[in-house]
Order: sequence, then structure tokens, then C-alpha cells
Amino acid sequence: MESVTQTIQGVPLNHYILFSAIIFSIGVMGVLIRRNAIVIFMSVELMLNAVNLLFTAFSAHKGDASGQVFVFFVMALAAAEVAVGLAIIVMIYRNTNSTDINVLNRLKW
Amino acid sequence: MLTNLVWLVPVFPLVGFIINGLGRNVLPKGLVGFIGSAVVLLSFALSLGIFFELNGSASKSSIIYLFDWIQAGGLYAPFSFQVDPLSSIMLLIVTGIGFLIHVYSVGYMHHDPGFAKFFSYLNLFVFFMLLLVLGSNYIVMFIGWEGVGLCSYLLIGFWFTNPAYASAAKKAFIMNRIGDLGFLIAVFLIFNTFGSIEFAHVFPQAANLAPNNEVVTLITILLFIGATGKSAQIPLFTWLPDAMAGPTPVSALIHAATMVTAGIYMIARSNILFTLAPYTLNIISIIGLATAILAATIAITQTDIKKVLAYSTVSQLGYMFLGLGVGAYTGAFFHVITHAFFKALLFLGAGSVIHAVSNEQDMRSMGGLKKKLPITYATMLIGTIAIAGLPPFSGFFSKDEILAHAYEHSKVLWIVGVIGAMFTSFYMFRMLFLTFNGSFRGTHEQEHHLHESPKSMTIPLMVLAFLSVVGGFINVPKALHGNQWLSNFLEPVFFASNSKVSEVHLEHSTEYLLMAISVLCAVIAAYIAYNRYSKNQHVPVPDTAERGVLANLSYNKYYVDEIYDAVIAKPLNVLSGFFYRVIDKRVIDGLVNGLGRTTAEASKGLRLLQTGNIGFYIFMMVVGIVALLVYGVYNI
Repeated sequence: MESVTQTIQGVPLNHYILFSAIIFSIGVMGVLIRRNAIVIFMSVELMLNAVNLLFTAFSAHKGDASGQVFVFFVMALAAAEVAVGLAIIVMIYRNTNSTDINVLNRLKW
Repeated sequence: MLTNLVWLVPVFPLVGFIINGLGRNVLPKGLVGFIGSAVVLLSFALSLGIFFELNGSASKSSIIYLFDWIQAGGLYAPFSFQVDPLSSIMLLIVTGIGFLIHVYSVGYMHHDPGFAKFFSYLNLFVFFMLLLVLGSNYIVMFIGWEGVGLCSYLLIGFWFTNPAYASAAKKAFIMNRIGDLGFLIAVFLIFNTFGSIEFAHVFPQAANLAPNNEVVTLITILLFIGATGKSAQIPLFTWLPDAMAGPTPVSALIHAATMVTAGIYMIARSNILFTLAPYTLNIISIIGLATAILAATIAITQTDIKKVLAYSTVSQLGYMFLGLGVGAYTGAFFHVITHAFFKALLFLGAGSVIHAVSNEQDMRSMGGLKKKLPITYATMLIGTIAIAGLPPFSGFFSKDEILAHAYEHSKVLWIVGVIGAMFTSFYMFRMLFLTFNGSFRGTHEQEHHLHESPKSMTIPLMVLAFLSVVGGFINVPKALHGNQWLSNFLEPVFFASNSKVSEVHLEHSTEYLLMAISVLCAVIAAYIAYNRYSKNQHVPVPDTAERGVLANLSYNKYYVDEIYDAVIAKPLNVLSGFFYRVIDKRVIDGLVNGLGRTTAEASKGLRLLQTGNIGFYIFMMVVGIVALLVYGVYNI
């Protein structure tokens, strides 16, 4: 474990932050511009993982384990979310024969 | 010590009010009448005892403390009563005449379905009137003042199913409220100036002030405004004639003998303040005299028997104010006493007449009642002579005392006063002759029904007639070798005022001359009335007939009601209409409705943002988060 921590610390913190930011932004852009529900889902996962990466990086650099604990929570949550989300997408596909979210535009006043 | 039991005097009528008020549907009429009259009789007996005790004792003023009522900051208003010559005499008038009128009402109201209600109101009135009279500070007086106004309203509108009567009641109440406002502000000013509202604290302090103090002048003017409302003086007198809508005993008790003299009582009580404000006194004497003349000239053409008496009351009240204005406090109060006797008598007599001719009040349909109603005729004749001011009946002495003081003050006041007295004599004898002399002018049915009133009505008439005859002897002037008992008795009350004013005593010869002139005038006026209405049997023309300009003016009460309507009521209505249509409808409603409409319109626009496009929602969410981030970075 010691060596993993050291390896992580070997890369400067700024790089992690920049990297995470890039991945997060890609996730955001994916959510905003893609219309396929599954791709959007994947983009959301990207964002979550960008955050996870940042958590672990900070955790290693600061020598504080609570960041890693958070990562576990996020992963568990993401798994649960995917399970429910995919189920919804399957139902949508069955009803509309498509996974294009712009078809679902009845949610308005 | 009966004086310490003075609190029982108002408590008796209050008990009567509660019993009669609560039991109005269960108690038999006989019992109601008995309780209603008996409680007032008890009060009268106690008042009599207190009066004699006071007359015999050396100390002429005692304050009976009952309980602390208001204590807030500097304001301390105990509930306490003051027994002194002034209040003890008022007690006798209120309870004594009140008792007679209660007895009379037993007969008069016998057929009325609201018999018990009537007696409970009457008892309540007596209770409040006694509070007004007994209060040892302005606040207790004010409760009584308001209470009698309320009872007056209730009793004028006693037959409230008739809309005209109900509106007469409202008119009386509203006009009184205008005056009450003046009284109330005066009380505030008194507290502000003297730091107390107790008579016993205010008057000694006031006595040390220099005359013509602005604040005192203001206070007295405001008090006088209060008095004009309650005592029906210009400009607030028009309610009293309309108040005749009430049952006749009410007119006799409230609108002739007691309540309407409350204004005079209040000014006599505060006499030292008024003595220090000569300016106000001038206003009072001018208003009083103007009212006396105005009302007298209206009375000479009225055809409703109660209206004649009502205007006569207004006129006599004007004389009392004239007396107050020229500093004849004793004279004015003397006239209060004698007027209470003969005017109550005249009203009750009129009630007896109305009772006999089946509720007819128009004198054009009366006449020749002398034979049928001998007791009523005899007693009303006495009352008429008394009010006309013929010696040795009571009205002569009291009116003469006022006129003599007016003469000392200014000859013009005296001349106008005597002319007013002439009118008084004329319209009273006119009323008497129209009613009792000549031949009956009503329908056959009424003529058949004519009857003398029952004993319960005639006995009070006789008692009052007796008092009207001898009432004047309590204050026979020195010129006629009298001992001026009333002046001496009231001396402690008016002492401070009398010591401020150097009184000019008239020569006895002058006084004889004044008396002779006024008596002569009264006799001439009575003779004119006799000639016109008894000998020549002149009957006033019907409403539709043409009248001369002056007669028309007088018959229509100088159009005062119409003028008030045009000058005050109409503009107020127009103004209210304006406020209703513009301020209320447009501005306030517009504001409230506008707020609602703006919200609705804004929502209508904003709801378009909710497109249903999920991409757009997410985009807005991201924009929001970015905005929050930017905000966080740049502000914290």
C-alpha cells in the first residue's frame, strides 16, 4: 500500500485536478449535447469517476483516508443509479422504440 | 350618615333595569310597573334624606370614594361620587320627576307590547343620569353623559318599526356624538393642563389662573360644544324636535326635564373655568339667546302639539344658556328646576291629550277638550301660565332672574330676551286654546272615544302642577322680600366664580320695572293668542294651503334641516360617493386586483420556459451551477 500511495504522490496534485476537470467537462458536454439516453448515462458515469479520481488524489496527498471512504460511497451509489436508470431506459425503449430523450417532451405545463 | 350610602341611589334603578330587562317576557305588567317605579321611589327617598342631611350639615361637599377605576401613568380616575348642593338638587329632580313619570308611564304605556322593555330602558336612563350628576370627576360624568345619550337613542327609537322614528333616533344619537367629541377633547385638555380630572383638584387650580387664559378658553369652548349637543342649542338643536318620535313620557323625562339639562349642569359644575373665560361666556349668551328666539319663532306656527313643546324646550334651554352666559349660574340652575316641573307637566299633559284623542297629535284636529279632560286642562293651564312667566307661578321667578342678569350685562340681551318671552307666552297659550277651547275638530269616532286619563296619569299631573305653582318660591328675589334660599344653598358651588366677578346689583325700582315689563309683554301675548285662537276660533291652515313668507319660514323650521342637508349631508354624501367610486373602487381595488393580475400575467410568460425538453432542463441546471460557482468564487 505504501508504494501505491507514493506512486500517486509522485504525480503533482495539479495534474490530477486538471485531468479530473477535463474528464468532468467531457462528461458535462456529453450530457448536454448527446441525445441517446445510454450515452448520457455514460457521460454521467464519467463525471462521477472524475470526482472519484479527485477524491483519491486528495486523499493520498493529504494522507487522509476519509476521501477514499467517500469514493466507495460514490461507487455504490453509481451502481444503484445505473441499475435503476438502465431499467428506466429499457422501459422507455419498450414504449417508444427509441432511446432519444427528446422524444420525452411531455413533461411541461 | 345617609351621604355615605349615596351609591345606592344609582344602584336602585340599575337593579330595576336588570330585573325588568331580564324578566321582560315573564314578569306580569303590573309587577314590571311596580318594580320600575318603586326603585326610583327608593332612590328618591334616599336622595331626599341626603338632601336634608346636606342642608343641615356645615360641610357642603363630600366625596364618596367607591373604588379605583383607572390608574395608568399620571391618570388616576377613581369611581367616586360627589355630594354637594348642586348634585343633591339634581338628584331630587331626576329621581322625583323620574318617579312621577314612571307612574304616569304605567297608565300611558299600558297597551304597548314593549311595556317591560320600556320600563327597563327608563330605569337604565335614570341610572346613567344619576351617574352623570353624581360623578366627582369628568370621566364618571362622561360615562353618564354617554349612557343617557344611549338611552335617549333607545327610547326615541322605541317604536323602531316605523322608519321615520328609527331615523329620528339615529339623528339624535349622531348629533349628540358631535357634541360628545367636543366634551371628550375638553376632558383631554383638562387632564393635560391640570394633571387631573377630579373636580376637587381641577377647580382650585383653575381658580388661581389669570382670566382669559387661552387654554381655559379653549377648554370651555369645547365643553360648550359638548353642551350644545346634549342640550340642543344652535347648531346642534335639530335633533330635539325629531326626538318627539319617542313615547311621550320619554319626551317629558329625557327631552324636557333631565337629560337636556345635562349641558347646563355640566357648565354650572365647571363654573369657575367659564368665569375665567369671558370670551366663551359671550359666545354662550349669544348662542343661548339666538336659540331661544329661533326656537320660539318656530314654535308659534307648529301644529303638532309635541313639536310646539319640543321647540319650547329648545327655547327655554336657550334661556338657561343665556343665564349661564351672563354669569347668572344660580338663575340658570333655578330655571332648570322650574322648567323641569312645568315642562314635564306640559309634556305629560300633552301625552294625556294624545291618549284621549286616539294618538292624534295635530292640534288642528283637536279643540274643545276642556270639558272632557278637566284635570288635564287645569294642570296644563297651570303649566302654561308657569312657562309664560306670569307671577306668582314658578316660571316667572326663574325667567325673571335670568332676564335681570341679562339686563345688568347688556340691555340688548334683555330686550331680545323679553321679545322671546313674549313669543313663549303666545305659542303656549295658542297651544292651550287650540287644544282645549272652541269645538272639537276631529272625527266622530275620536269624539266618541274622548275620556279623561286614568288616575296613574292624572296624579303625576297634579303633583307636577302643584310644584309648578310653588316651585318658584325657593328663590324669591330680594326685591320681592324673598330670602333667596336657592342662591344661599348653592353659594358654596359658585363661591369661587362669584368672588371673581364684582356683581352690580340692580336698584329695586329697576327690578320692579323689568318685572312689570316682562309680565305685561306676556299678558299682551297671551291676550293676542286668546283673541285669535279662542275668541275668533282661528285654526291654522292645512299643510297644502298658501302661507305668508314669514309664516312659511317658521312653519318649515327655517329650513334648518334642509340647509344642513344641503350644506353638510349632501357634500358628505358626494364626497363619500367620490371616495367609494374613485379611491375604493379604483385605487384600493385596483391595487389588490392589479397585484393578482400581474402575478397571473408574469406566470403566463414564465411558464413558457418549461418546454418539456430534457436537454434544455439539464442545460439550465448546468448554467445554474456555474452561476453559483462564479458567485461563490467572486463573493466569498
